[in-house]
Amino acid sequence: MAKTRVRGTVNGEPVELLCEPQATLLEVLRDELGLTGTKEGCATGECGACSVILDGRLVCSCLVLGVELEGRSVQTIEGIAAAERLHPLQQKFLEHEAVQCGICTPGLIVAAKALLDRNPHPSEEEVRLGLAGNLCRCTGYDKVVRAVLAAAADLREQA
Amino acid sequence: MEPFGYRAPRSLAEAIELLASDGDPGPRVLAGGTDLLVRLRAGDVRAGLLVDVKRIPELAGLSLDGDGLRLGAAVCAAEIGEHRELRETYPGLVDAVGVIGSAQVQGRASVGGNLCNASPAADSVPALIALSAECVIAGPDGSRTLPVESFVTGPGETVLGRGEILIELRIPRPRARSADAYLRFTPRTEMDIAVAGAAVNLTLGPDGACRAARVVLGAVAPTAIAAPAAARALVGSRLEEAALARAAAAASDACIPIDDKRGTAAFRRKLAGVLTRRAARAAAARAAERA
Amino acid sequence: MSEPRYKCIGTRPIRPDGVDKVTGRASFGADLSLPGMLHGRVLRSPHAHARIRSIEVEPALAVEGVKAVITAADLPDLASQAAQGAETQTDFRDLSRNVLARDKVLYHGHAVAAVAATSRTAAERALAAIRVDYEVLPAVLDLDSALAPGAPILHEDLRTRGLAGGGAPTNLAARIEIGRGDVEKGFAEADVVVEREFTTRMVHQGYIEPHAVVARTAEDGHSVVWCCTQGPFVVRAYCARILGMDLSRIRVIPSEIGGGFGGKTTVYLEPLAILLSRRTGRPVKMVMTREEVFRATGPTSGTRIRVKIGATAKGKLTAAAATLVYEAGAFKGSPVTAAAMTMFAPYRLEQVRIEGFDVVLNKPKVGAYRAPGSAMAAFAAESALDEVALRLGMDPIDFRLANAAREGTEAPYGPKFRRIGFVETLEAAKRHPHYSAPLGPGQGRGVACGFWFNVGLQSSAAVNLNEDGTAVVVSGSPDLSGTRISLAMMAAEELGIPIERVRAVVADTETIGYSDLSAGSRVTFATGMAVVEAARDVVRQLSERAAAIWRVDPREVRWEEGRALPPQGAAGGPEPLGIEELARDAARTGGPIVGRASLTARAPGPGFATHICDVSVDRETGRVSVVRYTAFQDVGRAIHPGYVEGQIQGGAAQGIGWALNEEYLWDSSGAVENPGFLDYRMPIASDLPMIDAQLIEVPSPTHPYGVRGVGETPNVPPLAAVANAVRAATGHRFTDLPLSPPRVLEALDSEG
Repeated sequence: MAKTRVRGTVNGEPVELLCEPQATLLEVLRDELGLTGTKEGCATGECGACSVILDGRLVCSCLVLGVELEGRSVQTIEGIAAAERLHPLQQKFLEHEAVQCGICTPGLIVAAKALLDRNPHPSEEEVRLGLAGNLCRCTGYDKVVRAVLAAAADLREQA
Repeated sequence: MEPFGYRAPRSLAEAIELLASDGDPGPRVLAGGTDLLVRLRAGDVRAGLLVDVKRIPELAGLSLDGDGLRLGAAVCAAEIGEHRELRETYPGLVDAVGVIGSAQVQGRASVGGNLCNASPAADSVPALIALSAECVIAGPDGSRTLPVESFVTGPGETVLGRGEILIELRIPRPRARSADAYLRFTPRTEMDIAVAGAAVNLTLGPDGACRAARVVLGAVAPTAIAAPAAARALVGSRLEEAALARAAAAASDACIPIDDKRGTAAFRRKLAGVLTRRAARAAAARAAERA
Repeated sequence: MSEPRYKCIGTRPIRPDGVDKVTGRASFGADLSLPGMLHGRVLRSPHAHARIRSIEVEPALAVEGVKAVITAADLPDLASQAAQGAETQTDFRDLSRNVLARDKVLYHGHAVAAVAATSRTAAERALAAIRVDYEVLPAVLDLDSALAPGAPILHEDLRTRGLAGGGAPTNLAARIEIGRGDVEKGFAEADVVVEREFTTRMVHQGYIEPHAVVARTAEDGHSVVWCCTQGPFVVRAYCARILGMDLSRIRVIPSEIGGGFGGKTTVYLEPLAILLSRRTGRPVKMVMTREEVFRATGPTSGTRIRVKIGATAKGKLTAAAATLVYEAGAFKGSPVTAAAMTMFAPYRLEQVRIEGFDVVLNKPKVGAYRAPGSAMAAFAAESALDEVALRLGMDPIDFRLANAAREGTEAPYGPKFRRIGFVETLEAAKRHPHYSAPLGPGQGRGVACGFWFNVGLQSSAAVNLNEDGTAVVVSGSPDLSGTRISLAMMAAEELGIPIERVRAVVADTETIGYSDLSAGSRVTFATGMAVVEAARDVVRQLSERAAAIWRVDPREVRWEEGRALPPQGAAGGPEPLGIEELARDAARTGGPIVGRASLTARAPGPGFATHICDVSVDRETGRVSVVRYTAFQDVGRAIHPGYVEGQIQGGAAQGIGWALNEEYLWDSSGAVENPGFLDYRMPIASDLPMIDAQLIEVPSPTHPYGVRGVGETPNVPPLAAVANAVRAATGHRFTDLPLSPPRVLEALDSEG
């Protein structure tokens, strides 16, 4: 199939690329744009390692086509930190030891950001439900949840 | 995935034309893609062309007024969950839509897609049927409307003909003292396909007794099925234990379940009863609040 | 608790490699791409058991974009030879045939051929074009069928190791026995005897990162392999053997690794990628799909375990016996031996006998999974002990305390324990508020214990002193869990400098000396020991430099808090020399300062744990929810308590998933029915409560800081902890895992 030209915005920057219609957004991000922070764990939308924020909505990029980036805006893990400063979520993940192997970390941070963008004061249960689409096999989620709650408190204080 | 073409029409007419076009494999509708892309990747289905319907106005909006709800088929689940008035008016439907997958899936999955995918375990379908929803279909020969319970004809099968597309769901405004509820059973708290589901839509009389009821079960038959005997067991009662037990038993009897990797037939039958009882209680509590 | 005499040990600094992980910069196995790279894919058997009559690869080579196709015919046919892993043994002949099937396919998903092409799509088309002629054979898919007379045989030349006089081909690969004393006498002395049979299913480690490799072979035959692995030196050794290459022709660079838990301690794709890159002259990248990970890597055994325990009315154990039957999968080598050794190790037993059977059948070759073999055995042992305690009317913790192994106790597998902390974990559990917290309706509490020996093995390390007095710790141990920071902390402690001035990196097979796997809970212990020795080597060299400057005997120089102190008593004596000064002047005083060590770490301290689990059971649906969980573990010394807690929480979570919902499901033809995360149900965030990890520190005398391995022990108690809690909540003893809702409901309903 001929490649389609796609113009969208990734982490605030305009991008223009060619991709085949059947390529997923995950493949486009990783293979065309070199943004390998977004990971493939299952390619069927069940592990959340490929989570990105598309036009303000949390999605699994393995279930979005690359051509759907046309006219849209995507935020990936690479766009979470502001220049040299880590986002409070990233900082808290480090402080609370919520990172072990780190493969699920980008997806978790993006999902947590999407959660806190909508609900700045989540309860523990709301955090757990908001992260239900992100599998982690190393941490048992305990320190992850604590990190997200701490980041939420931080962000509320900054606001 | 095997290659396919992609188009994102901005008008319904264009979409219908594309969907009616030739090809082997032929064209398919792409809404959220949370089922379709998985099946394409697995080779379970093939497509020559994906017609992305998310930019078509008729499918993309929702409106709620005195007559009821008009829900565009491509509206994503998250948007439905965030709509406060929808949640208040049709809590059972919103509950059902809200359990379709994780937050990530909610950001893409649509009620239209859930219905058209026609899985026996689809969560939105029992709730839609319980609410007496209608499907509005547009195609090369014009548009037609039919009750949602007629839409799905078997696992993975719908009444959609060539070139036809589901454009919206219409749901009547609930009557006074009416409310719906949907409960399903999954082994984990989220992320699983329903092993069984029950949607109950109840109307209470001024005396607090149940005046009307609809009970619809999911994941216990090739399609969602109504359980009229279970509904009859509730009507005239005050949802006391004996009536609930009769309703539960009737729900279990209505099942035509299978054994599969998610549950045994016996387990599904038992759950259908338990969920019917619990959903009936929840719907009644909500309906009473609206008195 | 740790004494306050350490400056760095026991604190919680932020790991330096953490920034890359929270920003997505860290490079995992699939994150590398090279110019000109080809994509490799594997053709897998659609049959659980079949003879390969022929393989025609020419049609695949004709597909556009396809550059090479390989089969077992392209690999040397290896003779049987043992290959030692960290905790499991394998055989090179078996390993080679698992990597690419020769003569027979032995499980659905078994690799039959591999291709390299310019795109994934072209590679997929190539797979579809390969023609394999199979003679389908009847498959054996469960233990009973495999052991039945007349069962279809997987390996014609397999005879039972450990059984004399076996002449006929069999699926029983081995029989082992350990124990001592006279168990019949012990049972005769008992007032209470419990005998039960338990069954568990095949489960997967469930690491989120699929196996991935990029291999590049130069024209001189030297290959560089980038892959996610727990052991780059193992990858090198195994690939060299499988491909018939010299070790020195392969350089293995470990990427960051997205989980392993024992499942990435062998090779699957790596030899294929090397060979394809050699054939094509181009880099080849191979990444498994999730489905391939489930079908064709190394899950752990399904088991059947019969256990018998006897005790006096006063609660003293008199005898324990068990028969363990473990699935090995397609090739011999289940962890039944380790299971036999560990299952009763927490207890003092004069009479104990355990018999184990290793059985091949048409399922993937099992791999190591976090304390291999022992979780299932502990499920049986700790459930039976729970029942004994119930019959005696004894508190389950008191019962275990009365029989607990202590320093000097002889383990069932032989050695006497040195200083261990099992009793301390039991006492801590008993004291903890969780144990006496009230339970709600439908809830129950269970207790279970566990043991894992941990391993030592070989590690090499270097500590490089930079010109500014900062240091870099170099080791060959991939970091799965935060070991880099722990190694850096040990070096910082030895050098007496702040942790911020020490970094730790993971080297590759050409840039560090030999190191065994990151497995067996050995990194903080054994590699840590090497790092400590290397850091002490640096201190010795620094002291020598100072001594030369002061013209004193180096043995009189003390090193404290990052400074060399001159011998006392010299009036108007020289000022101390700090590490920064000495480092700055190193070129002038003798050259670069590099500390190094390589060792075989001996006598790792074993790990003991006690877990308390509260569950809530919905009797109408059979769903079990864990509502509270506290894990007590003797960790020796927690170098970085946060990452030790993380190990315990993660291990407990895996065990909970194993107990509640995880299992391989098979169709009648032997194909896995649930090779994905939808129906292989691992715990999600909303399934679990906070997991309270209580670190008990009873330092191990065999490590400079008292470290014990911690990573595996947490996986051992949860199966029984959950099952015992469900028994308390429902009155029903479940002997078959997982406790999925249909099973629980059926059992509860049948009891009425």
